[in-house]
Amino acid sequence: MSEHHDDHDPPHGGDHPIDDPDHAPLTDIQLRVRALESLLTEKGLVDPAALDALIDTYETQIGPRNGAQVVAMAWTDPAFKQRLLADATETLAELGFIGRQGEDMVVLENTAAVHNLVVCTLCSCYPWPVLGLPPVWYKSAPFRSRAVIDPRGVLRDFGVELPEDVEVRVWDSTAELRYLVLPRRPVGTDGMTADELATLVTRDAMIGTAVVRSPEPSR
Amino acid sequence: MNGAHDLGGMHGFGPVVPEPDEPVFHAAWERRAFALTLAMGGWRRWNLDMSRSAREQMPPAEYLSTSYYEHWLYGLERLLVEHGFVSPGELAQRGPGERPGAPVALKDGALGSEGVPHLLRNRRAARRDDPVPQQFQVGQAVAVKNLHPAGHTRMPRYVRGRRGVVAIAHGVFVFPDTHAAGSGTKPQHVYSVRFAARELWGPDASGQDSVYVDLWDDYLEVAS
Repeated sequence: MSEHHDDHDPPHGGDHPIDDPDHAPLTDIQLRVRALESLLTEKGLVDPAALDALIDTYETQIGPRNGAQVVAMAWTDPAFKQRLLADATETLAELGFIGRQGEDMVVLENTAAVHNLVVCTLCSCYPWPVLGLPPVWYKSAPFRSRAVIDPRGVLRDFGVELPEDVEVRVWDSTAELRYLVLPRRPVGTDGMTADELATLVTRDAMIGTAVVRSPEPSR
Repeated sequence: MNGAHDLGGMHGFGPVVPEPDEPVFHAAWERRAFALTLAMGGWRRWNLDMSRSAREQMPPAEYLSTSYYEHWLYGLERLLVEHGFVSPGELAQRGPGERPGAPVALKDGALGSEGVPHLLRNRRAARRDDPVPQQFQVGQAVAVKNLHPAGHTRMPRYVRGRRGVVAIAHGVFVFPDTHAAGSGTKPQHVYSVRFAARELWGPDASGQDSVYVDLWDDYLEVAS
């Protein structure tokens, strides 16, 4: 077996600028993953080009812009919103937002009286087709432990203070249902198109750890 | 299993710290570990419940001190050995990240790049059409059984023995406890059950807040 200590590129995939800086020693975990990929490639079990395609899909194609588009459509098209709330899976599938980790979808509408928050306490289940892969905080022990016992405290970590009379509903994704929060449309957006509205919608608002802010007034 | 992964309701982990402008992956190895897991899953030698169960086998202290993709890597290595794709010796003796040798012919059944869109467009995972009777109805008061299976389960500890009300009936799905053990799909109904925050956390919890947990027929009984 040859060794390539001087080689800082992963076995395949070319440019990975976010680690492996020039001449930095590889960490144990980098070595372990690289060795595993080499082993599986040499056995003909994985195709490095397929790995590249999987990575590219979730880095460049599937992400929270999908969900933001859905939210903006729901804000501007009452019939669409009605269908989305009644049958999220089929309605999202019509837009092409269907697939792995989003096979069975539920959309939860935030209102003046109810605020929904989504968590997965047991692992990190998340609606990939509409939001992409989850952020680190969503997968972290602080969020997974506290979202169910102290949701208002978690919301304060995000700078959100809900009135006492708003009902907080936490949804623990323990089965294969995946949840998308439909946030409230902010005031001051009456004349905006769906495309303009979509730019206001954040990933966190669709998890329920943020509210959508009104656009900054133009000067 | 009553493992370290079952985090709901624990104290002491500190505040949630969001990262502004967070990248999808934080290191090249995370990208490759993610993609290797999906690609090897494409062989369909194990199911998603087995993958989750494998990650839960990580010793508790290690689980709590490692990151998400380290959990994935641990689970993948474990499944690769269990299913005979690699030997423990091959994993232990691996060199420090050598490149593969000459290009190897991809085995029949391996995921090629042309198969990626199909793999990700999956429309059907755990849902089943089996005509199994629905044990509970929307609006019905239920209690979660006080069970502590040593194997994989999706019944978090914080709801065991607690009473709630069926809020949504989602239809029939495979049962993770048996599916993870390779002992059958045991299809049954899944419900979102609403628990009042005070039922779970006592009188200091907010009076109007609630937690909805997705639970299978086998986890539930009629509330007495």
